[in-house]
Amino acid sequence: MSEGIKKFLYVNRKAPHGTIYALEALEVVLIGAAFEQDVSLAFLDDGVFQLVKGWDTKELGSKNFAPTYMALGDYDVSKIYVEKESLEERGLSEDDLMELTYEDEDDDWAEKSSIHIVSREEMARLMAANDVILSF
Amino acid sequence: MAMLHIVNKSPYEKGALESCLNHALEGDTVILIEDGVYACVKGGRAANALASVKGIRFAALSADLKARGIGEDKMTEGVDVVDYGGFVDLVTSCDKTESWL
Amino acid sequence: MKLGIVVNEGPYTHEASDTAYNFVVAALEKGHEIFRVFFYHDGVNNATRLTVPPQDDRNIQQKWTDLQAKHDLDLVVCIAAAQRRGILDENEMKRQGKDAYNIAPGFRISGLGQLIEAGIQCDRLVTFGD
Repeated sequence: MSEGIKKFLYVNRKAPHGTIYALEALEVVLIGAAFEQDVSLAFLDDGVFQLVKGWDTKELGSKNFAPTYMALGDYDVSKIYVEKESLEERGLSEDDLMELTYEDEDDDWAEKSSIHIVSREEMARLMAANDVILSF
Repeated sequence: MAMLHIVNKSPYEKGALESCLNHALEGDTVILIEDGVYACVKGGRAANALASVKGIRFAALSADLKARGIGEDKMTEGVDVVDYGGFVDLVTSCDKTESWL
Repeated sequence: MKLGIVVNEGPYTHEASDTAYNFVVAALEKGHEIFRVFFYHDGVNNATRLTVPPQDDRNIQQKWTDLQAKHDLDLVVCIAAAQRRGILDENEMKRQGKDAYNIAPGFRISGLGQLIEAGIQCDRLVTFGD
């Protein structure tokens, strides 16, 4: 661990819209990005519903914050881990998810996907490998 | 690098305990608080699930057990009862905490 | 040890604030430092001084206020979450053109950076919520 840099993991386990947790979790991520820590996002259980594309909140009358997920790459938040088992249990696959990308400064700013589909076991190890876990 | 997992949901209503157990690693500790303590009731499906897990230490918060009428006679085996001070000790003796909200 | 606490639910509806309070008291008794208690999501509702619980029940806001005074705790209410839910201090009342403010003594309103800072500074961060 570098001096003064901690590994932060934001764990998202709740669906969007039904409660405010997903939206307010994103607000923490955006503010946290300014602190130059090592940041990863985990989506598991109902949290995987947050990344499903095709949101239309017009009839509901709430804020559509899907674009905020798309903007994460601009905030240097580029490590997004989605649990495979959670997707499959809910009848979803990677094709159902928003395309979240970032520009890799170490590779001539090539556009790359931020999303890593990981197994449940890999997710468990990811949690163990971080210093601070913020749960939503 | 042991983790303290904090579970506050009844296992009969939410999947938090199940998900926690799916992600806890050997050497970790799980503390059951608030409605999470219902997992300790002897003979329950959740208590049986706890018994089948190896390599994980379980604790439950005494204030929440007492409030819910879960006395020693109703407790499943293998779960340590701790007070708030014991909860603090678990937090400081593990390397980090994860709340399964 | 230096501990940070996050409270994500309001008083009474959910047990989170009671658990967090009891945890903080126990940690202080054991000689640990409470670096900060950060109130987020509906947790900001712990900070209104306008709650009037029945006399035979605890006053959760008052308990936090008293504990703050006794131990000089840093009780921080997230400004963005607070504004959504109508928790204002005098400054924000004026800035937003409102006719009242309701923050309880001992709490202060500040930004989400205070949560991240707690994560960086503390040896352990413990979250209570729903």
